[in-house]
Amino acid sequence: MSFPLFLEQLFNGIQLGMMLFLMAVGVTLVFGVMRIINLAHGSMFMLGGYFLVTALAATGSTLLGLVLALALSIVVAVVLEIIVLRPLYARGPLDQVLATFGLTLFFNELVVVIWGREPLSLDIPEFLEGHVELLPGLSYPVYRLAITGVAIAAGALLYLLINRTRIGALIRAGSEKREIVAALGVNIGLLYTLVFALGAALAALAGMMTGPLLSIESGSGDPILILTLVVIVIGGIGSVRGALAGGLIVGIFDTFSRVLLPQLLGLTAGSGLTSMAVYVLMAAILVYSRTGLFAANRG
Amino acid sequence: MSRRAVLFAALLAIAAAVPALGDVYYTRFATQIAIYGMAALSVDLLLGYGGLITFGQAALFGVGAYAAGMLTAAGVTDALIVWPAAALVAMVFALVIGALALRTSGFQFIMVTLAFAQMVYYGGQSLRAYGGDNGFTVTRNTLAGAAVLGDHVVFYYVVLALLIAVVFVASRIVNSQFGLVLRGGRDNERRLAAIGFPPYRYKLAAFTIAGGIAGLAGALMANHASFVSPALMSWQMSGELLAMVILGSAGTLIGPVFGAAIYLVFAQMLSDYTEHWMLFFGPLLVLRVLLVKDGLWGLLVRLTRAGEAPAPPLDWSAETAGGAE
Repeated sequence: MSFPLFLEQLFNGIQLGMMLFLMAVGVTLVFGVMRIINLAHGSMFMLGGYFLVTALAATGSTLLGLVLALALSIVVAVVLEIIVLRPLYARGPLDQVLATFGLTLFFNELVVVIWGREPLSLDIPEFLEGHVELLPGLSYPVYRLAITGVAIAAGALLYLLINRTRIGALIRAGSEKREIVAALGVNIGLLYTLVFALGAALAALAGMMTGPLLSIESGSGDPILILTLVVIVIGGIGSVRGALAGGLIVGIFDTFSRVLLPQLLGLTAGSGLTSMAVYVLMAAILVYSRTGLFAANRG
Repeated sequence: MSRRAVLFAALLAIAAAVPALGDVYYTRFATQIAIYGMAALSVDLLLGYGGLITFGQAALFGVGAYAAGMLTAAGVTDALIVWPAAALVAMVFALVIGALALRTSGFQFIMVTLAFAQMVYYGGQSLRAYGGDNGFTVTRNTLAGAAVLGDHVVFYYVVLALLIAVVFVASRIVNSQFGLVLRGGRDNERRLAAIGFPPYRYKLAAFTIAGGIAGLAGALMANHASFVSPALMSWQMSGELLAMVILGSAGTLIGPVFGAAIYLVFAQMLSDYTEHWMLFFGPLLVLRVLLVKDGLWGLLVRLTRAGEAPAPPLDWSAETAGGAE
């Protein structure tokens, strides 16, 4: 593997890792604060893509389309939180996974009813088309750099939100002792809605940004959701730092195993077998640590 | 005879009478129920008695189906060899997956079983010689050298007999000392460990046994559908098996078989009505969870023992399930 190729794959890995981070943050924050496991998180990823397609067609502007699609995702998330998630907070994990699994089935079918069974495609915005020569022999798509940048910016904003604002302090306090937070007169219901909407918006954002790279179709959020759960198992549940580390580890490991494994094993690029590598990594990390790498120190 | 036994006998009589309807469609439908019921029972063994919420049982179901299909394709065609072998292969997979997954508990266990199932799913996809993503067709097994399983009625009775045997064996297991330890681990792992029973070993044994049952169901499925594909191992399938257990009520062994019947009849009715039946089934699953708090079984218990205030059969509160505190 030549150095430019190595660098290209590293960038691809970081890009995938940051998308997984955006997904994992939602799952891990919602778990950290509300103690709920949300299997419908993949649906928010999928809906983000669909919303963007429709919003772009309606507004004709990339920026307006993005804002509109994000707003739509947040509305859906708030409605979901109020109708379905709230009654689930007091329930055990089994009820939670079944109900949110039911939501996934619903959304996977809903998009077929609204947008049809044919996969949709998103075009890369014109101003992000083309390649940029990073090094001699390494020209890299501008779009991938851009979405990695947006994801890093979103992560930085999230860091500021959690560590430097009152809402962030409440989120951190809520993940330690939510009863005390509620007892101190904080509107805990509003906080829950906020955290859920934040997570859903980040998932939808990841879905929008990867829209031009993958196809947007019914069930397209499901494999991403499962990969996100791997990220969380590796990083440690409830930890934002773990979500970042886990996302990058999984993103980079997955990207390189897809390039290297076929060469090493002389495979004819059996996509199934290379998809398995990341789960072997998860197994190895589970042997090393039962709770993931960053579980002990949440935040 | 207890009420439960009377109920069981009545159901058995109904099940045995299905082929008398004379329509192959009903016989095949009942066969499907019995097979999914067996797979759902394997989930209940873990869920209802071990308190282990596995979201990956479809992988073991699929491994059994693949093992049966591959053996048959390789020329080993007799059910007496193929089916036990399929169950054994699934048990080996369950042993490995369980050994790793059971290091975790609560929410993490759900995620890890889901992840390993997805890994097995990708493994199935990568089997190019066996159709990859599209799967492959399987010829029906012979029974002791006789090609009788092609007959839908004969196959149905064989499946039904195996289901009854599995229910019997599983109820012997859960009522044995082993089952007592398993339930003890479900209720309080620390106390169990303190009196000298390492919960991990017992849970792993249960996970392996349940894997074998799912694998047997998978082998039957390969015969029933004459077809095996990675879809059998998808996460939706794992979710559906869990839903069947919950529809029927967990911790009863026979409940999940009901659950499978309810689920499949319901799915069939909805899909007759609209091709978008999942649009209705998803919300129904949500409603079922939100409205019926401790399951149909709990509802029955409350109705029949009003005033006695019995403990709910299972305690699913997040606190006892451990989680990652």
